[in-house]
Amino acid sequence: MNCRSEVLEVSVEGRQVDEAMLALLHTILLHRSTGKFLYKKEGTYSIGTVGTQDVDCDFIDFTLVRVSSDELDRVIRKAVAEFKDALGNSGSDGMGQISLEFYQKKKSRWPFSDECIPWEVWSIKVNVVNLANEQERQICREKVGEKLGEKVINIVEVINRHEYLPKMPTQSEVDNVFDTSLKDVQPYLYKITYQITDSLGTSVSTTMRRLIKDTLAL
Amino acid sequence: MDSDLSSQDRKDLDKFIKFFALKTVQIIVQARLGEKISTCSSSSPTGSDWFNLAIKDIPEVTHEAKKALAGQLPGIGRSMCVEISLKTSEGDSMELETWCLEMNEKCDKDIKVSYTVYNRLSLLLKSLLAITRVTPAYKLSRKQGHDYVILYRIYFGDVQLTGLGEGFQSVRVGVVGTPIGTITLSCAYRTNLALMSSRQFERTGPIMGIIIDHFVERPFTNMAHMHPCSYRTPGEDEGGTYAGIEDSQEVCTTSFSTSPPSQCVCTVSQAHFKTPKPALMATLKVPLMGLGVSQQLYSSRLSYQTPALGTVDLCHPTAFTAGAHPHQMVVPGKEGGVPQVPAQPNHGTAAEHGRIPSFPNGQSPLPAQPTSCVFLCLQVHPPPSPAPSSPLQGSLHSNSSSHSGGQPQDDFVMVDFKPAFSKDDLLPMDLGTFYREFQNPPQLASLSIDVSAQSMAEDLDSLPEKLAIYEKNIDEFDAFVDTLQ
Repeated sequence: MNCRSEVLEVSVEGRQVDEAMLALLHTILLHRSTGKFLYKKEGTYSIGTVGTQDVDCDFIDFTLVRVSSDELDRVIRKAVAEFKDALGNSGSDGMGQISLEFYQKKKSRWPFSDECIPWEVWSIKVNVVNLANEQERQICREKVGEKLGEKVINIVEVINRHEYLPKMPTQSEVDNVFDTSLKDVQPYLYKITYQITDSLGTSVSTTMRRLIKDTLAL
Repeated sequence: MDSDLSSQDRKDLDKFIKFFALKTVQIIVQARLGEKISTCSSSSPTGSDWFNLAIKDIPEVTHEAKKALAGQLPGIGRSMCVEISLKTSEGDSMELETWCLEMNEKCDKDIKVSYTVYNRLSLLLKSLLAITRVTPAYKLSRKQGHDYVILYRIYFGDVQLTGLGEGFQSVRVGVVGTPIGTITLSCAYRTNLALMSSRQFERTGPIMGIIIDHFVERPFTNMAHMHPCSYRTPGEDEGGTYAGIEDSQEVCTTSFSTSPPSQCVCTVSQAHFKTPKPALMATLKVPLMGLGVSQQLYSSRLSYQTPALGTVDLCHPTAFTAGAHPHQMVVPGKEGGVPQVPAQPNHGTAAEHGRIPSFPNGQSPLPAQPTSCVFLCLQVHPPPSPAPSSPLQGSLHSNSSSHSGGQPQDDFVMVDFKPAFSKDDLLPMDLGTFYREFQNPPQLASLSIDVSAQSMAEDLDSLPEKLAIYEKNIDEFDAFVDTLQ
């Protein structure tokens, strides 16, 4: 089984990074979270209820829908904040990528540790732009809102292809498929990672590389 | 062919489709009420949350949906549509979007009804929650107020998209295959948001007075089929439990089995339950003007204070003091100790247009209504405030602050504010025109081949010089590289 990989790209202003990332990550997690499983008698379980919450963005003309779980929201916000800090420290024209990976655990025999097998990876590439004046910021606010809307439609399109999803696990194996640590909802096991592209476009090394490449291309 | 489907599966499938249709309507209408929606997650299923999602049921909406369905289910050739439109007080109206729940003949015979279909329908509802916040009508509905109302209409049968104007766009929310056909949920939305631009804005008399009593004076005299969508807690008039879903109350008690993994058990049983008391109260302000939408939105901020309701929290009913505002209903707390006073005179209106009946256990629902139009008005309550005598003083451009909306007329501040795409007399340009004109900008000059070839030649010429400089400063660069590690 191959891991499904989707890439989303957005260009945002610095102060919009948090909200743009939260919007996309929460949209994905809304679709990849279920209610808490309540296992009953042998082999039967019921599923709890997932609530949703509308959140207005402050710097983008956009309203995101997220799962009503403060715990999950805190985890995602923390990851996004770390990503934003890393982007900020890399330089003013930061480019980076935050990835949300859903995986399954496969038990291995001792002494080997459990294997994490990803089955879906969402990569969100971010390009941070600087804007000169308030008018540009206002336009950016609306444009980024529209862009996020398009990305939500992309996400929904992928999700509704109904491709591979892990089988519903037995009680003993539920922790290999779902994150059962939250008290109100149960997302599939996921991890969030990020990488920063140092976009020192005016750096010597980049210029040199480009010159040499151009020379060789002639 | 559904001859391979067991009767239990068929029964379950029909039930899923029915409740899916009802929940779809609820999600769409609630997303256009103009308020943020919030529901709670719960780790213990109550049995009343279909598809494991907390979606509250507004009784009027359920009633209208059932009226439109008239006992039938969405099926092949029988689509259920929810039309969202905008209407101003001057009678200008515009269809904004049409949500369609359709079924085609493509069957998936191998799919498990009680498990896979159910879960995919749940996923589709989540997608609908996300997509309803993304289409252009969402922003319009969040800013509805004095200037315009958002209406909805549910109909059954053939999809009608002609009212959406030219160039409407479609977005597919999702599909779910079933043994009897493939369910598709999609939305067609208008892109040309210019209202009838020939109608200029005219100062009208104060409308706030009319709004407060509008259920009596009926300013929308041509809205014969419209009535407010505001709803009361079940105990007020219906005298007991409100059977919002079905004449005999049904819950979805789903248990799933994991052993063997391919099997599942889904029981759909009838049980007595009490509809949770909704705390949403929605009464719209009558709109005033017939200008382009963007300017309407702007001026609606001028004259209308942000509703005090804020986020509609449908899990925690709030209590209002009786008499604080003539149109606030009193919502009792869980103990039910506060007397419930339906202060609005909308009873008269509701009675005229088909009052929502109570459905005590065992009684049959309303007789099937014709499946043609029923317009319903979504309304948002104004905050308690003294009614200004004229909501729009001076010209539209004279106000910039939304905070001045509720203050006396003397405190308006002259600020020259030019919102994006605002109309001016010389060069009217709306959002759609701007988008079309600037959709294909010319390519950047720096990307053309000649320029790059030229710069490459220049670069090559200066290469030896640059190399010499870099060699000279090699230590500096090494130190820089070290700092990066």
